[in-house]
Amino acid sequence: MDGLNIPLSHILLVSSLLFSVGMLGLMMRRNIIFILMSLEVMLNSTALAFVAAGAHWGQPDGQIVFMLILSVAAAEVAVGLGLVLQIQRRFKSLDMDNANRMQG
Amino acid sequence: MRQLIGLIPLIPLLSSVCLMLLGGRLPRLWIGLLGVGSVGLAALLTGLTAVDFLANPEPFQLTLWVWMQVGNFAPGVAFYFDGLTLVMMSVITGVGFLIHLFSTEFMEEDKSYARYFAYLNMFVAAMLILVMADNLLLLYLGWEGVGVCSYLLVGFWYQNSANGQAARKAFIVTRIGDTAMALGLFLLFTELGTLNIQALGVAANETWQVGDKLPLIACLLLLAGAVGKSAQLPLHTWLPDAMAGPTPVSALIHAATMVTAGVYLIARTHELYLLAPIAMIAVALVGLSTSLMAAFTALTQRDIKRILAYSTISQIGYMFLALGVGAWSAGVFHLMTHAFFKALLFLGSGAIIHCLHHEHDIFKMGGLRTRMPVTFWSFMIGSAALAALPMTSGFFSKDQILLQAYQVDGIGPWLWLGGLLGALLTAIYSFRLVFVVFFGKANTEPDRDTGWRMALPLSLLCALALFGGWIMLPVAEVFPTASGLHPAHWVEYVSIAVPIVGVVIAYLVFYSGQLRVDGLLNMPLMQSLQRFWYSGWGLDALYDRLFVRPYYALAALFKGEPVDAVYGLIVAINQTLNGWLAEGQSGQMRRYLISMVFGLIVVLAIMLGAF
Repeated sequence: MDGLNIPLSHILLVSSLLFSVGMLGLMMRRNIIFILMSLEVMLNSTALAFVAAGAHWGQPDGQIVFMLILSVAAAEVAVGLGLVLQIQRRFKSLDMDNANRMQG
Repeated sequence: MRQLIGLIPLIPLLSSVCLMLLGGRLPRLWIGLLGVGSVGLAALLTGLTAVDFLANPEPFQLTLWVWMQVGNFAPGVAFYFDGLTLVMMSVITGVGFLIHLFSTEFMEEDKSYARYFAYLNMFVAAMLILVMADNLLLLYLGWEGVGVCSYLLVGFWYQNSANGQAARKAFIVTRIGDTAMALGLFLLFTELGTLNIQALGVAANETWQVGDKLPLIACLLLLAGAVGKSAQLPLHTWLPDAMAGPTPVSALIHAATMVTAGVYLIARTHELYLLAPIAMIAVALVGLSTSLMAAFTALTQRDIKRILAYSTISQIGYMFLALGVGAWSAGVFHLMTHAFFKALLFLGSGAIIHCLHHEHDIFKMGGLRTRMPVTFWSFMIGSAALAALPMTSGFFSKDQILLQAYQVDGIGPWLWLGGLLGALLTAIYSFRLVFVVFFGKANTEPDRDTGWRMALPLSLLCALALFGGWIMLPVAEVFPTASGLHPAHWVEYVSIAVPIVGVVIAYLVFYSGQLRVDGLLNMPLMQSLQRFWYSGWGLDALYDRLFVRPYYALAALFKGEPVDAVYGLIVAINQTLNGWLAEGQSGQMRRYLISMVFGLIVVLAIMLGAF
């Protein structure tokens, strides 16, 4: 294992930064497309953490879980985009705050 | 023949049911035929039974079926027939038939013709069950049945709310007595194990001694029931108000039959009363005080029907006096003669009211002697009998009562004196009525005279009121015989003279005007006394203050349901909390998310040991 050797803590730092960025996007964005994108960022940040951990301990599990996350993300996008279409049709906008009928 | 007595109450009952179900669709002639015919048929059957019974005066019992059976409690729907039953049945069906006939003309223009006869027939059926019952439970059924019919008929013209008020009053006040009577029945059953009237007499004599406590309590409870039904002190206030009903109803129910049910009850259970001398004295005192109170009140009334109502109360007081002094047959005799002459007077007043555009105030009548001759003579004869003028029916019965009251040890002469005062007042107020209504100048013109359906019952009742005193009651077997002693002759002469004096006073004051009482009446004391008597001795106002208003106040207090308020508080707290929590569910996804992240941070911080 020559070449560039990046310590695990750095990768985890990047991963948690990515996660935080995704979560902030989720909390602050109103546009539903951006929310979906933030979700992808969060998923990818966890995937990065898994891969890094797998590489660190020399285990294949990390990459297996990465594959799982990839497929979950794909499925989630499929469902999510379907919802986006529906919301656009119903509310004539992509603002999440308009979809607030389930209250009180 | 004897098996047929079961039919006597059944026929009016069937007719009543028919009228209730089909009443609206039958033509008026049919309604009248059904209503009057059924009671006429019952009267006919009673007459046949009477002929049969008088030929062979042996009491008999007829069990139709067992009503209910619980352990050793098995009251039957069974009738007991003896002389007393026969007298009561004859009065009910005979006088009842005449009053039904009278009603066909009196109620001619009323649109609820069928309803009227349905109630009236049901009343006759219930009253017959009351007097024919061989056990006290069946008697109680009839007792409540007549109460219901009385309620329905007093409130017959229910569109006027005052009539409904009077009906409710009649029902509730009698119910007070009925409750006491029910307690009496419970006591008798638990102590003696039967409610059969004949068996009760035997069992009571075996179990109890004269003067024991239990028969006294039982008798006083039964007396309370009788007092309620027969409108005696202190439960008499419903009867004057009950005059809101149609006048033939007042004649039948509130003069001739139902109100005498209390007298019948005490006479029927006389074996119990003989074991409780104190209860007998109580009966006598209740009777005497009621009779005097009502006589004074009748003297001041202006409404023709209220005068007669107070007079009824007063006369039933005489019957109670008779029962209390042990003059059982005299009491029942007065019951019968009173049924004749009081039905006559009430029907007469009904005729006047019918022909005088529903005028009730006697001072707005006057001079009716020549305009309504049949009614005039009925009133003359009725009042003469009521005042107990010699040779009328009332004379024989009242005379017997007074003489037997005189013979009671100790308080006898006092009872006699009280009775005499009552007799004097009776003569004065009854002839005041006659002189004011039928003599003097006419104030209101009658628009018609009585038709034959009114005149015929009036004439027949006139005959009965005049000659009813010669009827020998077949009750010698039922009651223990009175002592054969006869009081001194002067007692008898005084008893005869007093009513005549009363009539003379009434004549001088209300007809010839030779005796001026204006000066006396205008004295302040007399003025207030008169007002006091006019209001029925202020008892209505007293009961209003004591019972009615506190009850209303209590009802108003509980109207908001204070107990429910505690549970209401729990509900209110839950609703408020729910409101607060529901605020959190805003439907805003981002807000949920923010709170979730915030929570996550807190949990992480705790896990990492930041706190």
